[in-house]
Amino acid sequence: MHTKTIAQLAAGLKAGEFSSVELTQHYINRIQTFDNGLNSYISLTEERALAQAKRADERIAAGKAHVLTGIPVAQKDIFCSDGVKTSCGSKMLDNFIAPYDASVIESFNNAGSVMLGKTNMDEFAMGSSNETSFYGPVKNPWNVDCVPGGSSGGSAASVAARLAPASTGTDTGGSIRQPAALCNLTGLKPSYGRVSRYGMIAFASSLDQAGTFTQTAEDAALMLSVMAGLDVRDSTSIDEPVPDYSASLNNDVKGLKVGLPKEYFADGLDADVAKRVDDAISEYKKLGAEFFDISLPNTHLSVPAYYIVAPAECSSNLSRFDGVRFGYRCEEPKDLEDLYKRSRGEGFGSEVKRRILVGAYALSSGYYDAYYLKAQKIRRLIANDFTEAFKQVDVIMSPTTPTPAFKVGEKDDDPISMYYSDIYTIAVNLAGLPGISVPCGFVNALPVGLQIIAPYFAEAKLLNVAHQYQQVTDWHQQMPETFK
Amino acid sequence: MQWEVVIGLEIHAQLATKSKIFSGSSTAFGAEPNTQANEVDLGLPGVLPVMNKQALNMAIKFGTAINAEIGKRSVFDRKNYFYPDLPKGYQTTQLALPIVGLGSVDIELKDGRTKTIGVTRAHLEEDAGKSLHEDFSGATGIDLNRAGTPLIEIVSEPDMRSTEEAVAYMRKIHSIVTYIGICDGNMQEGSFRCDANVSMRPKGQEEFGTRTELKNINSFRFVERAINVEIERQIDILESGGTVVQETRLYDSNKNETRSMRSKEDAMDYRYFPDPDLLPIVVTDDEIEAIRKTLPELPDAKKVRFMSEYKLNAEDAGNLTASLELANYFETVTKEIDDSKLAANWIMGELTARLNKENLTVKSLPVSASQFAGLLARIKDNTISGKIAKDVFDTMWNEGSEADSIIESKGLKQINDTGALEAMVDKVIADNPNQVEQFKAGKEKLMGFFVGQIMKQTQGKANPGQINQLLKKKLGSS
Repeated sequence: MHTKTIAQLAAGLKAGEFSSVELTQHYINRIQTFDNGLNSYISLTEERALAQAKRADERIAAGKAHVLTGIPVAQKDIFCSDGVKTSCGSKMLDNFIAPYDASVIESFNNAGSVMLGKTNMDEFAMGSSNETSFYGPVKNPWNVDCVPGGSSGGSAASVAARLAPASTGTDTGGSIRQPAALCNLTGLKPSYGRVSRYGMIAFASSLDQAGTFTQTAEDAALMLSVMAGLDVRDSTSIDEPVPDYSASLNNDVKGLKVGLPKEYFADGLDADVAKRVDDAISEYKKLGAEFFDISLPNTHLSVPAYYIVAPAECSSNLSRFDGVRFGYRCEEPKDLEDLYKRSRGEGFGSEVKRRILVGAYALSSGYYDAYYLKAQKIRRLIANDFTEAFKQVDVIMSPTTPTPAFKVGEKDDDPISMYYSDIYTIAVNLAGLPGISVPCGFVNALPVGLQIIAPYFAEAKLLNVAHQYQQVTDWHQQMPETFK
Repeated sequence: MQWEVVIGLEIHAQLATKSKIFSGSSTAFGAEPNTQANEVDLGLPGVLPVMNKQALNMAIKFGTAINAEIGKRSVFDRKNYFYPDLPKGYQTTQLALPIVGLGSVDIELKDGRTKTIGVTRAHLEEDAGKSLHEDFSGATGIDLNRAGTPLIEIVSEPDMRSTEEAVAYMRKIHSIVTYIGICDGNMQEGSFRCDANVSMRPKGQEEFGTRTELKNINSFRFVERAINVEIERQIDILESGGTVVQETRLYDSNKNETRSMRSKEDAMDYRYFPDPDLLPIVVTDDEIEAIRKTLPELPDAKKVRFMSEYKLNAEDAGNLTASLELANYFETVTKEIDDSKLAANWIMGELTARLNKENLTVKSLPVSASQFAGLLARIKDNTISGKIAKDVFDTMWNEGSEADSIIESKGLKQINDTGALEAMVDKVIADNPNQVEQFKAGKEKLMGFFVGQIMKQTQGKANPGQINQLLKKKLGSS
């Protein structure tokens, strides 16, 4: 059952080939068998999952099923889930049982899907390798010596090892697309404002966006249909109609105009990765797509701008973790200042502290104009680059990452090199655009991802373009031998 | 040397919305701690703010009331600092682009002058919670009921040159916010409070002196006293050759002194930046005009109308229109008895004195306007004298009954019967020959004695005017 896509599982449930309880139990068994070596889950919510599965079976029997009714889904541990530990990968929230459901969790509950558990992640979503988690690093199912990418590393590894048919993630600078590429998955980051951020623990509010990990673009369409839409509880969610993402999947891509930004194929791109991307381009050409060389001239500014904006916002967003009302509190605080200093000093890991410090510095009086304000201006320039490009082309394609998965521990002492592993994904967040990573081959038995970027709210186009590629290739069907 | 004080006020007015500025929790005062704090107010992980449109409209309404520029595009910013009663670790406020820009109000001074005071800006922000230091031996309790209550902070220009002007300005802003219904004005509950910036300069000097900021002044009396003691303190420093230190000072009303809270050097870096969880607020001209149309008659306009319509002098009209409730009370009473002079005298005399004595506001007045009119009507038609009316008023206040039934049950009706009064006068004259003789010899002060005798006999019910007349006639006084 675990090799099936959501679409196939939904058909199986509907036809009565198996029940949601059986399906859920199957995944629980797999998680118990395989996850020790991967560490992709922080919490397994077995009882709750089986109860949800039972209700889903009743709903299916009553003929009131949604496509996702009874489908098990793994949720990134950044989404608050009522009555379940929501740690955000941090010691700070190791004792935090959320008292409410995030909008995303609520949407899946309403659709009748089953939450298998909460997946591992970089602490507060800060990281590109899933090594900053308080719960230990996640391993890449394709090679357990390698990282799965981050920050949604657990969500990616769980689906890659088929310990869940699909999972949710969040993408602030590439945290869905990069691990999807490194784990051979379809990873969708919707437009900023497409999915409510309510109940999603904030890292960088103006960049964070919830999305999905699936085997196929077809599944991503099903998942997005559940998650997308206006939520009055999130002032930044946008009142834009939600189309039927599945309806346009089979549209022809003949005549599709694709831009190839020269800045995304420059120095720093692994030659073998470049070849896999070229192969994908050839496939699209066969399908009738037309390619154009384009330029996104401010690309080189995206990593520096991102590492001002994101830390600045995080330094403020993470102020609420002060040991006063919830979360970690140090032992025997002497006074208020001691309570703050030790609760935060002991509760946060080093990458989180690094970013809080950088962000606080960037916002401080006298530096604000030089850093934060300037970064916001650069952001505008980057967004304008894309706006200009989309006057010529329908979508943009690039590698998702400059290299395949790197080794666990390899970039421990070099945060800058780690930051640059997101060089192709960050600009999309700064501009607020939708992006997707689809599997496009392997280098030394490690997966490579093709990134496709579309204009605002053109997720349907993005999914259509990805789906058409998956109709003529089978990279996305490959799964790691160990987990078959 | 002659010194001149320069004062600017920052007034915090709590907006009278039902729910908080960024959450649906109630803003009612006095609930059990933390019963009006939901996940948003607690700053739980993952929560997001949603702006209360009513709070925005109230802020705009204030802006239109002081003829200010309204920010067509205003932005919420985060002011970052750690404090246990600040759940998110930042206060959401407005820094660079406030909802209300430059406006002004006019204040009236005792010497009859009117002065225009500039309002630099007014911005929307959320209140913090409260730290409770009692009842938690060795620990501090946190009550987040108030956290997220909407405020507007109204910042004046440094336009005031005396304590009198500062108090008049604070009163005028109080009048305006209560008139337009955006604030209940309750200073005891902290709904209306202010900080004062005070500096001194030699009279005639253009340049401002170094200022201090006096925090958290929650009554008109305290603003006057706090500024006065701060003026004295600064003059003492300057005249002994010292320099005033720029700092924040706390006014202690018990000791009537200000003391240092923190100096400029200790000032925190709040790391302001635009709140990415809230979109910029965009307001159109049509929306502003629609709100402007809902403005009621404002204090200044009402005062002018009272002067012309009720023939009141500026001071009386100013006093009666300082509070909307008082003005409404006056108008109701006046309409019922058709005598604005009598109504004004009694409302500003007996009624106001009693309110002040009992520390009440017009809102909690136990005597309704129509009850009060009932009393004044009996004065007007000579049923009772002014003196008796004071006793009737006292009974009305305590028992809540109508004037007529009090007059009836206590038999307080004035004796206006000339025959009966004449008999009494005759009797008094017959009974007191010595006094009559003295009176006739020129000791005219004794008139009071004769009146007093009759009042004593009648328990004050005799019509004093008639007695005076009769006595004068009988005693042959000129």
